[in-house]
Formats: sequence, structure tokens, C-alpha cells
Amino acid sequence: MSFVPPISDFPILSREINGKRLAYLDSAASAQKPKAVLDAMREFATTEYANVHRGVHTLAAAATGRYEAARARVARFLNAKYADEIVFTRGGTEALNLVSYAFLSPRISAGDEIVVTKMEHHSNIVPWHFMRERKRAVLKWVEVRDDGSMNPSAFQAAITPKTKLVAVTHMSNVLGTVNPLKEIIAIAHAKGVPVVVDGCQGAVHEIVDVQDLDADFYAFTGHKLYGPTGIGVLYGKRAHLKGMRPFNGGGEMIQEVTEARITYADPPARFEAGTPPIIEAVGLAAAIDYFEGLGRAAVKEHEAAIYAYAREAVRQFNWLHVIGEAPDKGAILSFHTEGMHAHDLATILDNEGVAVRAGHHCAQILMERFDVTSTTRASFALYSTREDVDSLIAGLAKARKILG
Amino acid sequence: MMMVDDSLRELYQEVILDHSRHPRHFGPLEHATHNGEGYNPLCGDKVKVHLMVDGENRISDIKFEGRGCAISQASASLMTDMIVGRNVKEAEKLMDSFVHLVKGEDVGDLNEDDRDRLNVMAGVSAYPMRVKCATLAWHTMKSALEGGVPAKSE
Repeated sequence: MSFVPPISDFPILSREINGKRLAYLDSAASAQKPKAVLDAMREFATTEYANVHRGVHTLAAAATGRYEAARARVARFLNAKYADEIVFTRGGTEALNLVSYAFLSPRISAGDEIVVTKMEHHSNIVPWHFMRERKRAVLKWVEVRDDGSMNPSAFQAAITPKTKLVAVTHMSNVLGTVNPLKEIIAIAHAKGVPVVVDGCQGAVHEIVDVQDLDADFYAFTGHKLYGPTGIGVLYGKRAHLKGMRPFNGGGEMIQEVTEARITYADPPARFEAGTPPIIEAVGLAAAIDYFEGLGRAAVKEHEAAIYAYAREAVRQFNWLHVIGEAPDKGAILSFHTEGMHAHDLATILDNEGVAVRAGHHCAQILMERFDVTSTTRASFALYSTREDVDSLIAGLAKARKILG
Repeated sequence: MMMVDDSLRELYQEVILDHSRHPRHFGPLEHATHNGEGYNPLCGDKVKVHLMVDGENRISDIKFEGRGCAISQASASLMTDMIVGRNVKEAEKLMDSFVHLVKGEDVGDLNEDDRDRLNVMAGVSAYPMRVKCATLAWHTMKSALEGGVPAKSE
């Protein structure tokens, strides 16, 4: 294969953990940052930084230019029609909460329904529970098949005339399942129901085209996409954003404030109260440049090969059971182990320099669905190698020896 | 400086593995006077602690239920072994010592026998992310004695 993981672009990957070579297999929680991102943020902060959309001085103009260029970059990344459909938030979580508060809340009343899948991350569950608590809305759960896949026709059954929103993840952070979004969105739209997509994993591992998907909202976060923490994105169709109330109130989101009344700025500024994550926006744009520069199809193919190698390798352990075997899935390997708790396993793996996630992965509904309290998760990224997988396998064998 | 493998061996020493594989005082307790439920939000593990406290404030019986990692199971098992027969004040004092121990702090004034028995868990202090696993059952025991407000491991 032609793609060589650019490990030397990621300074942290050369450090040792407990005297061992680091095998970072927790990118689904947060990805490591390439030097290109760190350099871009530093360069911007040391040469062009100021607050944005305020002031007329040279640096204010330069910073505003960079911030808006980042917005345009994200719009191209998602193939959004207009840059003003991109709202910068503090993360994926805030983006989803924004939809709950600013879009759904005024449109939903007691007895109305929100359709949610059982594979969602808590950040795509709790904002809808808020609507249950505050507006007495009803959550309707779409079941996950035993192999971790979704049946699109289950949405057909779940959506009723009372449904006000469908919330679905592009890719599960536990199962790795890639959902048939286009089909799901078409089903919902045929019934006049808008769809919000949690793209926190999907934006990293899939090629996203919001126009082709016809998604109403698509949320993702910067830090899983090799970018900085503290920034996320909400894509929203222009017509939706224009009809939405503000989220936070403060500077920058208003047109005019008088003693008697206020008028709001147009989107996206309406949803970006206060000083936004400016340096982070520049970092996110650099991350997208870097990532796309490697070739998204090549990265995807590389991750699939690493996953296949790991999936095959764990077959030697008859005490290890993989959760999530959907035909269409990304590079996430979750499993439970007989007689070994995920936390004990993760501690022993860490001693071998292998960083994995152990726990419920902020997906307790899904854990309950598969009747486990926690799993161990190895997640792969563009910098993952076969050597990382080999370290994982050696660590698993060692853990079995100690705990088994 | 301890070698990594040494600290791992200390954490998963035989006594701990034995407690976790064959937990003592495991199961429900009929006629319990105090019940507590603890939850570790980090891993989703849950533990229940049931106590029988007699008229002289003595813990005459104790049981625990729930599944968790080796550290939390061993800690719960060791706890039940150590506090049965003691009065409530002593049990709470022992808990304070235990919490200090797993955080690598001074355990304070403690008799030699108790010190030795608690010491099997001392290896946890090299693993700060695992302190909550070790303290869950103890916090749950305390919350049960205080009236059964759900405990969270701190």
C-alpha cells in the first residue's frame, strides 16, 4: 500500500510511556495533533492575533480575515453551500445543545416526540432528555441490531406525525458502525422531519457531503479531527439557522441593544456570542488542510487495513468478544473480556505503553443494549501502525497471564 | 524508583487477585439495618453494601454485591473482612486511613495489624486513575451508615 503513516508529523508519538514505545489507540476519545496544527496556531498568535469583528486596526482586520477563512475552509470540508451555514462552537457537545435549545425547544411541546438511536453518545442523548424534562417531550429509541448495525426501516416505524426531530450519529464511537445516513434522512424528510447528525466520529473517518446527505444539522468537534480542543462546528441549513432564536447572549450576536429592546445579528454571528475560539479556528483550518492533504480516501483505506489486521489478530483470544461487527464500520475495535475487567486490562496495557479507553464510552444506553457495564476500546487513526496493534496483542496476552 | 513491572505486580498481587476471585461476604443481607449503593461514573461499576448495626453501634454483619474490576472487588472484600465486628466509629476511622493509603498519604494512627492488612492495597497509590476503584466500596459503606444517600467514589 502506498500510504505511509506520517508518524514523525506528530511529536507526541515519539515519547515513551513507562519505558515503552507509545501505542496511542485512543484517538476516538481525542486525536493527537500534528506539528502543522501547532505551528499554525503559534504563528497566528505571534503575528496576527487580535479579537475579531471589532476594532479597525490592522491586527483586528488580519485576525478577522483568518477567522472567516477558517469558516470558509470548514464549509468546503463539509461541502456546505454557504460559509454562513457554519457556526463555530466550543465543541461537538455545544453544537448539539445549540440545536436542542435554539431550534427544537421553541418547536416542541408536551407529547411531541424525538427519535434517537440506542447507539448515541451521551452528547446526542442528554440535550434531548432536556426536552423531555422541560417540555415533556417523549424520547423514542431506535434499536440497534446484534451486529451493531442499524436498520433504516426502523426509522420508518419510529417516526410518527408527532416526531419533531431525528437525532442520529454518523458513526458510533463504540461500535464503529457507519450509519446509512442518506437513507435515514430521506425517510425522515419524506415525513417532514428534520435530522441532526452527530458527526464527531463521522467527520474524521468518513467523507462528508452535507448537501448530498441533505442533513439539516451536522455537528463535529475539532479535537478528534487532529485539531485543537475548545472548538466545534455546527453546520445548519441556512433556512433553519435564519429561523432560530439565539443560544447564548452577549457581545457579537446582536444587531442593536437599547434599553427597551434588542435585535439579533444574522447567522452565524447570532450563535457566536462573546469572543469565539479564534486561535482554535485557525488550528482547525490547519488540521483540515493537513488531513485533506494526505488524501482522505487514502487515510480511510489505511485505517481499514489496520482495523482488519487487529480484528484478525484478536481471534487468537477465545476469551475476547468483539462488540460491533456491522458490515459498514470504521476503525474502532471494542471488546469485552471474560474474567477481566476493562479497567484492569487498561492499566496493564498502559504499563506496556498501550493507551486504550476502558469504560462505558459515554454510551450507557448502548452498554445496556449489549448487556455489558464497560468495554475496552482500541481506536485507530491516520498515524496508527501494525506495530501499535502488535503492542496491543502482546499487552492482552500479558494481562491474561496476570489476571487470567 | 520501582520498575514498572514491579509496581504492576504489587497492584495485582496474589492477595488482591484472591479477594477479587473469591470475594468474602458477597451477597444480599436479610434484615440489614443500613443499605448503600455506590456508583463509579468512570466505568459504570455499581456496588451495594448492606450492614447490620446492633444496639451498641457495632457492625455485627456486612455483605456486598455488585461486579467491578479486580481492584474494586478486592477492596470491597477486604473492607467487609476488616470491619465486621467493629463499632461504627472505628469503621469510619479505618476508612479514612484506607483513603489516605491509596492516595499515597500518611495513614495516621493505626495499629500494626490493621496497617498490615490495609497495606496490600498500597500499590494503588502508583495508579492515580484507579483510586476511585479502590475507594468505591468504602464510600458506599459510609453513605449507608449515614442514611443511604447514593455514594460516588471520590
